[in-house]
Amino acid sequence: MHQFDIIVVGGGHAGCEAAAVAARMRARVGLVTFDPAQLGAMSCNPAIGGLGKGHLVREVDALDGLMGRAADAAAIHYRMLNRSKGSAVQGPRIQADRKLFKASVQAQLARQERLDVIAGEAAALHMAGGRVGGVVLADGQVLLAGAVILCTGTFLGGALFRGEERMVGGRIGEASAQRLAAQLREADLPMARLKTGTPPRLDGRTIDWSALEEQWSDAEPWTMSPLSESRVNPQVFCAITRTNPRSHDVIRANLHRSPLFTGAIGASGPRYCPSIEDKIHRFADRDGHQVFLEPEGLDSHLVYPNGISTSLPADVQLAMVRTMSGLEQVEIVTPGYAVEYDHVDPRALRPSLELRALPGLYCAGQLNGTTGYEEAAAQGLVAGMHAAAAVLGKSSAALDRANSYLAVMIDDLTLHGVSEPYRMLTARAEYRLRLRANNAGTRLTPLGIACGAVGALRRDWYLRREEARDRLDAALAAEASAAELSRAGLPVRTDTGRLPLREWLRFSGVTFEGLAPWMPGDLPDDPELCAEVAEDAAYAPYLLRQEGELRALRAGDGLSLGDAFPYAAVAGLSREMVERLERARPATLADAGRVPGITPAALAALLVQAKRQAA
Amino acid sequence: MLDTIFALSSGAAPAAIAVIRISGPQAGAALEQLSGRLPPPRRAVTASLRNPDGDLLDRALVLWLPGPHTATGEDCAELHLHGGRAVIATVERTLAQLPGLRRAGAGEFTRRAFINGKIDLAEAEGLADLLSAETELQRQAALALSAGSFSRQVDAWRLAVLTLSAQVEAVLDFSEDDDIGALDQGFAHALAGLAEELGSWLGRPRSELLREGFRVVLAGPPNAGKSTLFNALVESEAAITSPLPGTTRDVVTRPVALAGLPFLFLDTAGLHEGTTDPIEHTGMARARSELDRADLVLWLGPEAECPAGAWNIEAQCDRPTHPRKGAARHRVSALTGTGMDALRDDLVVTARAALPRPGEATLNQRQHGLITQARESLLAASDFADPLLVAESLRLARVAFDALLGRTTTEDMLDALFGRFCIGK
Repeated sequence: MHQFDIIVVGGGHAGCEAAAVAARMRARVGLVTFDPAQLGAMSCNPAIGGLGKGHLVREVDALDGLMGRAADAAAIHYRMLNRSKGSAVQGPRIQADRKLFKASVQAQLARQERLDVIAGEAAALHMAGGRVGGVVLADGQVLLAGAVILCTGTFLGGALFRGEERMVGGRIGEASAQRLAAQLREADLPMARLKTGTPPRLDGRTIDWSALEEQWSDAEPWTMSPLSESRVNPQVFCAITRTNPRSHDVIRANLHRSPLFTGAIGASGPRYCPSIEDKIHRFADRDGHQVFLEPEGLDSHLVYPNGISTSLPADVQLAMVRTMSGLEQVEIVTPGYAVEYDHVDPRALRPSLELRALPGLYCAGQLNGTTGYEEAAAQGLVAGMHAAAAVLGKSSAALDRANSYLAVMIDDLTLHGVSEPYRMLTARAEYRLRLRANNAGTRLTPLGIACGAVGALRRDWYLRREEARDRLDAALAAEASAAELSRAGLPVRTDTGRLPLREWLRFSGVTFEGLAPWMPGDLPDDPELCAEVAEDAAYAPYLLRQEGELRALRAGDGLSLGDAFPYAAVAGLSREMVERLERARPATLADAGRVPGITPAALAALLVQAKRQAA
Repeated sequence: MLDTIFALSSGAAPAAIAVIRISGPQAGAALEQLSGRLPPPRRAVTASLRNPDGDLLDRALVLWLPGPHTATGEDCAELHLHGGRAVIATVERTLAQLPGLRRAGAGEFTRRAFINGKIDLAEAEGLADLLSAETELQRQAALALSAGSFSRQVDAWRLAVLTLSAQVEAVLDFSEDDDIGALDQGFAHALAGLAEELGSWLGRPRSELLREGFRVVLAGPPNAGKSTLFNALVESEAAITSPLPGTTRDVVTRPVALAGLPFLFLDTAGLHEGTTDPIEHTGMARARSELDRADLVLWLGPEAECPAGAWNIEAQCDRPTHPRKGAARHRVSALTGTGMDALRDDLVVTARAALPRPGEATLNQRQHGLITQARESLLAASDFADPLLVAESLRLARVAFDALLGRTTTEDMLDALFGRFCIGK
C-alpha cells in the first residue's frame, strides 16, 4: 500500500499539469497512467496555442506549468496570430514536433521532486468515510491518497466512429477506462455525451508542396515562455490548400455513410471546429474552405491537414483529399475518425473542480466537456492547485474573471455547463483588455508565488522583472510638453500642454521609443516589458471605466450559498430558475448572478433566503 | 468597495421639507463636500449646502450618522432640504457628480440594511414580497410599456448590436485562419444607423414629463415683468412683484394644469451683469441652470439676446414706454389680459406636442440614461480603428441593453457568431 497526498489518474495535458503543480506545492503525488511512454502525448493536432488558447498557455506558464516550456522545446514553427490587431487579442501559437513535446513534458516530470509515475489502470475509486480516498488499480493494488484528480479525457466510455466501423477506446491503439466509467455512472453523477473528431494523417512525401502557398515561421524571436531563452529547433513551413466544389461533391455523395448523418453519433460536436461534413452541410453556399497542412515533426513525414476533421469511410476520405490542389497524389497514413465520449456535467463541480457529490474527487480536462490541449492543461493546473491546497491546508490562488482566462473558463463551465465541447475564445472574457497574453506573468505569477505553485527560477525572474517595471514606471512619471514632443516630430497637437510621459502614450502615434529622449538612458532593455507598460497606459481609460462593473462582479462574493441551498423553497423563483440553480449550485450570491436567466429579483429572493438560513 | 447611494426618502415633492438620505463609505465625504464640514455625530445642525463651484444650493438641516449603528449599518448622512423640486433636483445633481456616489436603485437602502443585519427575520419575510413587487413594477415599466412595444424595440436594438459584435469578434478571433474579411462600410453604416435611431428615441418625450409637468421658465433682465406674467399664468400671487428691479431672487415654481395638461411654471431672478450682491449672484446662477433644464423658455429680455429655441415675448404692452420687439411670438399685458389667451393656447398646443400621447412609449429617466449610454458607446465604436476597442464599446452598449432587459449576452453573441460564420480549422 502506498500513501500519497494526491493521486492523478491520466497522463494527458490535464493530468501532467495537475500532478506537477501539486508536487510544486509540496504534495506527494502519484500519477497513474496506462503507459508512461505516452505522458504528454498530443493526440490530435500538432499545434499549441492560438487565439484564447495562447492566453491559457501563457497563464499556465505564469503559474510555472509545463506546457509553455514544452511548447518552446518542441516548436518547429512560431506564429503570433492577430499581430496587426491590439495585443489583448494577439494569440501566440506554435507547431510542435510531437516527439519533442512529449519528451519535454516527461523530462520536466522526471525532474519534479515528490512525483511518482505509476504504470497501471485505475479500475475503481477507493472510498473511505464518505470521501474518495484513493484508487484501486486493475491488479488489485490500492493507492491511498488525500484527494484524487481524474484527468481521463475521452478514455472515459469513448467510442470511435469511421464510416460504418465502430471501435471502443480513446485514441487509436489504446485501451479505454470502461470500468471506471461504470463506477462513475453508478455514483449517479450527471453525465452526458459529446463528440469530437480528427482528420486523416497524410504522408508528406506524397504532397506536391511546390503547388501550394507557404506560411513561414515568424521572424520575431518571441517564445511561449519567458523562461525559454531562445528558439531551439530548425523552423519549418506550413502550407495552405483549399477544398473546392469537387471535394464538396464527393462529401455530399457520401453523407449517408457518415455516422454524423446516419444518426449513429447523437452527441453535439463543436460549432467552431466542425467536421468537414458539417461545414459543407451547414454552409452550403461556400465553394471552398481553407486547409492548413501542418508538419507533425522534424523527423516525421506525417502531415496534419487542419480543417478537414471527418468520420467518413476511409475510401471517401482518400477520394476527398485527392480533389485538392497539391494533394492529387497524396497517400493517407491513418484515416480520420470521430470520437464520442462521456463527460461530467461541469455544473456538478465546485469552482475548485471538486465534485460536490464525491468529496475528495476532482475532475479536469476533456472529462469536463472541454476540447483542446490548452483548456485541459489549464484545468489540470487549477484542479491540482486546489486539491493540493485542500490536502495540505494551504490556500489556492484567488482567480476571478477579471484576472484570468483560467477563471473565465472555470466560471463558464461550473455555472453555465456545456452544450458542445468548450473551447476558449477571447470573446468569452468580458475584461480582455486587462487579460493579455503578454501580461499573464504580471497578473498571475505573484498569486502563484503566494500559494507556492511557482518555483524559485520563475520567482527570481518575476522579481527581476518587477524591479525593471518600477524603473520604467518612475521614468514614465517625468513630464514633457506638447511643444517639445512636436519639435521632436511626434504627432501631437501643440496646445495639449504638459503631461506625464505615461499619459502621452495614450495618443496614437506616440510610442515608448518615441519618448526615449525624455527618459534616462539606462532603462532596462526589455522590449516585451516596455510594450506591456505602454499598453497599460494606452488602455488605462477603458480599464477605469470597467471599475464599476468589477465592483459589482465582486460585491456578492462574500455571501456563501453552500451546497445544500434549498432553491425549491425560495418563493418567487420560476421552476426553470430553480432547475438551473440546482444544477450549477453557485458557491456565492455573485456566482448565482452569472447563472443564465437569473434576474435581479431572483437574486434578491436568494439573498433573503440566505440571510434567513444564517440567522 | 461598495458605491455610496443616495435617494429622496421623503414623499413626492413639492412639500415643506424634503429628506435626502446618503449611505455608504463616501457618505461623510459627501456631506463634508456639500456643507463644508462634518458636524458632530447624531446632532441636527443647520448648514449652507454648496456645489463644488461654491454656489449656494440651500440652507438645510444636516445629520451625520457614522456606521455601524445606523439604519443601513453603513455611514449615513441626511439632508433636510426646503422641499421645492428645483432645490431637490439641484442637490441630487450635485451629489451624483461626487466621486463614488450614485442614485440608489429600487429597494437598495433596505437591501443594504438587510445585508448588514439591521432588520430581523419578520421584516425580511416582508421584504421578499416588497422586493418582488418592486422588481415586478420595474419589469412592467421596462417591458410592458405601451403593450410591449418598447421591449420589442430594445430587443431589436440588442439583436442589431449582437450582430455587429459577432462581426467584430469574428474579425478578432477568427480572421487569421478563416476566410473572414475586415470590417467594411456596411458595418460602419449599420453602426451609424443604429446610433441615429437611438438618438431619435432619446428625442422623444420622457415619462417624467407627465408626472413633473412641462417646464416653462420665464427669463429676462430684472424688472422686465417676469413675475407679473408668472402670476397671471399661474393665476395666483405666488411670486412677489414690485416695481423694484431684482425683487425675485430665487426660483419660484408653481405646478398648474392648463386644458388638462400638467405645466410647471418657473419664475427666475433677472439676469444682468455686474451685481456684487452674493444672494442675487446665486439667484442668477440658478436661473441659468433652470434655462438649461427648461422644456420651453419665455424670454422677456431684449430681442437680440433671446436664447436659442426660446419664445420672444413682448411683455407689459399696456405701458406706452415698454420696449417693442420686431418679431415677438406674443404681445401680452398681464395686467389687462391682452394676448394672454393666445399665449395660453399656444402653450397648450406646444406642450401637447411635447408630452407623451396616451399609449405612446415613453422613456423614464433610467431608460433614457441607459439608452444614452448605449448610444454613446456606439458613437465611440465608430471612432476607433482598433477592432478591439470597437468590440469593447459594443460590449458596453450590450451591457446597457442587458440592464434594460435584465439579461446577459456573451453566449447570445457567440450564438450569433457561430450561426453566421463558418469558423474554426
